[in-house]
Amino acid sequence: MNIILSLTVSFLAVFGLVVIAFLGVWAAHLDVLFGVIIPYLAVITFFVGIVYRVVKWGKCPVPFRIPSTCGQQKTLPWIKRTYVDKLDNPSNMLGVVGRMFLEVVCFRSLFRNLKLQFGDGQYVKYTSAKWLWLGAIVFHYSFLIVLIRHLRFFTDPLPLFVKVTENIDGFFQIFLPTLYQSGFLLGAAVTYLLLRRVLDAKLRFISLPADYFPLFLILGLLTTGILMRYVLKTDVVSIKELTMGLIHFNPVVPEGVSSLFYIHLFLVSVLFAYLPFSKLSHMAGVFLSPTRNLSNNNRMVRHINPWDYPVKVHTYEAYEDDFREKMRDAGLPLDKE
Amino acid sequence: MAEEIKPEDLLKIDHRPPVRGWMNIPVEIKPGMHCHACEPARLEVVDFPNPRQWSAMDEDWKLPKDWKQIVMEGFEDRLERFRSFQLFMDICVRCGACADKCHFFIGSADPKNMPVMRAELLRSIYRRNFTASGKVFGVFAGGRDLNYDRIKEWWYYLYQCTECRRCSIFCPYGIDMAETTIIGRELTNLLGLNIDWIAAPVAFCYRTGNHLGIQPHAYKEMIEFFVDEIEDVTGVRCDPSFNRKGAEILFITPSGDVFADPGTWTCMGYIMLFHELGLDITWSTYASEGGNFGYFTSHEMAKRLNAKMYMEAKRLGVKWILGGECGHMWRVVNQYMDTFNGPADHLEVPENPLTGTVFENAKSTKMTHIMEFLADTIKNKKLKLDPSRNDQLKVTYHDSCNPARGMGLLEEPRYVIKSVCNNFYEMPHGTTREQTFCCGGGAGLNAGEDMELRFRGGLPRANAVKHVHEQYGVNMLSCVCAIDRAVFPALMEYWVPEVDVTGVCEMVANAMVLEGEKEKTVDLRNNPLPGRGDTEDV
Repeated sequence: MNIILSLTVSFLAVFGLVVIAFLGVWAAHLDVLFGVIIPYLAVITFFVGIVYRVVKWGKCPVPFRIPSTCGQQKTLPWIKRTYVDKLDNPSNMLGVVGRMFLEVVCFRSLFRNLKLQFGDGQYVKYTSAKWLWLGAIVFHYSFLIVLIRHLRFFTDPLPLFVKVTENIDGFFQIFLPTLYQSGFLLGAAVTYLLLRRVLDAKLRFISLPADYFPLFLILGLLTTGILMRYVLKTDVVSIKELTMGLIHFNPVVPEGVSSLFYIHLFLVSVLFAYLPFSKLSHMAGVFLSPTRNLSNNNRMVRHINPWDYPVKVHTYEAYEDDFREKMRDAGLPLDKE
Repeated sequence: MAEEIKPEDLLKIDHRPPVRGWMNIPVEIKPGMHCHACEPARLEVVDFPNPRQWSAMDEDWKLPKDWKQIVMEGFEDRLERFRSFQLFMDICVRCGACADKCHFFIGSADPKNMPVMRAELLRSIYRRNFTASGKVFGVFAGGRDLNYDRIKEWWYYLYQCTECRRCSIFCPYGIDMAETTIIGRELTNLLGLNIDWIAAPVAFCYRTGNHLGIQPHAYKEMIEFFVDEIEDVTGVRCDPSFNRKGAEILFITPSGDVFADPGTWTCMGYIMLFHELGLDITWSTYASEGGNFGYFTSHEMAKRLNAKMYMEAKRLGVKWILGGECGHMWRVVNQYMDTFNGPADHLEVPENPLTGTVFENAKSTKMTHIMEFLADTIKNKKLKLDPSRNDQLKVTYHDSCNPARGMGLLEEPRYVIKSVCNNFYEMPHGTTREQTFCCGGGAGLNAGEDMELRFRGGLPRANAVKHVHEQYGVNMLSCVCAIDRAVFPALMEYWVPEVDVTGVCEMVANAMVLEGEKEKTVDLRNNPLPGRGDTEDV
């Protein structure tokens, strides 16, 4: 599977989804299917899938305590440990919580990233490389804000945090309707993440359709969303009627909702349903990683391996039996003469 | 052979992988880039499956008939037993943060040495066989069928990973290639696929107690030979004891230190240190290995070899265990030993008899690192030191992978080094502490037949050494790892011939002012001391 094939397959897959939704609604008038049944199925799949995933991981034992230590360990009291050490090499629960917080919220490990410079004089050199970190931060947080903003369609009255988010997001009130920065930042970040996969030879080599597909899917979502909000002006009132119906388990399919909305909704549904079964499940998995969520207190507190079993060992008695004569001649003490 | 390839030619590499997709690029087993296949006798000693004569360069690797089933069952079994493995198979997003962090990729530019790619070799098989999407969509879901060539690919690349964990600290999800390699190697061992440089030490260690197969009488003789050497240099006669019941402390260190330079000088350092401090300490010929090549084979084999430490401590009735300078030994001791073979209720929490310091950080495992012990001893001024005896040295320090990333032993050795020598220089940021680079020969790859692999893998480290050599005139690379001491001399000889290699305890011993010592003119290597030797003012 090379770059061309991977890109083609994943692009066609997303394009195919758009066509399916469009034809389904525009030609076959399957509004109920695309507006109600599929979204419900997708949400069910998402929750069942993610719970299944997490339970499966959770049930899987952690036989050894194997944190990657990225700072000075806790030893002698006079050996200084900075806050960074305490977080990157935690010796207790508090440290682990701090480490996980930084990892999940601030992408600590990505922030550590360096770039290899090879050749010219000093052959191997490393320079700071924060672009991936920045791209990832912008991507995830703008996605979160977009998601929060969309709660507007599922709540009445609007909760305060949604209003606040909208206000901050639309801070630069230059245009009407208010231009939300998050959508465009998300677009920029996705484009960056896609471009680096295509342009960096190493990334190109390791990337699979499963890497391009979600990016195209999100680009599709963004495009349809932005088109609806800023260009084609969809009937928001009808849409809210539909979404409120969904959330209250009293589905209605109002007239006059554009096909574009159904395409958007279908892509969201696919994203939700796809998430637990793909690499996107890192969203939940990051919390469970044994190299990050355990403290480096191995020598202080014994870790139990739940499936530990006795193994065959070579005992001292057997060893002495093997070498008794030689040991005696060498003047080594013996257990049995 | 690699020694004949000029360094500048070895550097002619291009880190841009081909445009062609990786999934169907067949593995090319190159000489110099892999270790010899394991001999059947080694496997028989430890009851491992499929002992037979084979070679990686052969077409037929003589796998058992039902090899596919064995691998699949082994895979599934480990997915169920290790959350790490299951998770690392599932959540990688291929962001590429790890790609240029591996010393083997940096030095070889083989794209399958990118950690993400090495893991994908297993992940692709996992997806095809154990996930719904892989079963349905096959290659489009990133799945690959298991076939003979892919087993070869696993073997080739899993034994081109030194389990150094450098990639894991850059991974946003903490995906640890070492963990994948450890489990991947377990799978290859189900088919009798190992390398002899691992399988032989395992077999030796199982029977004789150490990797090198040194028998008890010989072990004692070698240490006694060091005692003579020490006396020649210092005029002080040390009196180490062996397998002595009732001693307070059991000392365990890698057998490599007993066997070959420059480890031997480190070993002399231990002997002198224990003598000077008057420790009630014993060596063991049975637990005569700190390292654990079983750990490079399977978790079970690691446990089988590690068991000797506690068993011997119990038999001798010691109070606690002191561990010498070693890398992966300390990953096993720190992160596995208590789980493997504990609880060590027969021992007491380690306490430095000279200072009264209780090593609370080892209160369960009851084993303390010699650097922790030394740092405490020096801090409390229990050692008479004259750092000027090391003035001929300009020292840099290599953090060994395992103590750095599987423990966090960073400041203790630095404190000790700075206490015993006046000229210490750090290597550049990004190559030390938790970001340290492997020597290129860890995890059992320090054989003689894979020199090219070692020179390539050791390039980033050697390059950093070269940098401090050129900038500050560094002429000594210190480390606290026996594999480092075995690997670095050849690596330095190749990349930075002006720099020599030492263990930290050797420098400590040279700086020590022993009670009753004669006027020293040479160090443990019989090199003249600055301002004192025959070559004064030359």
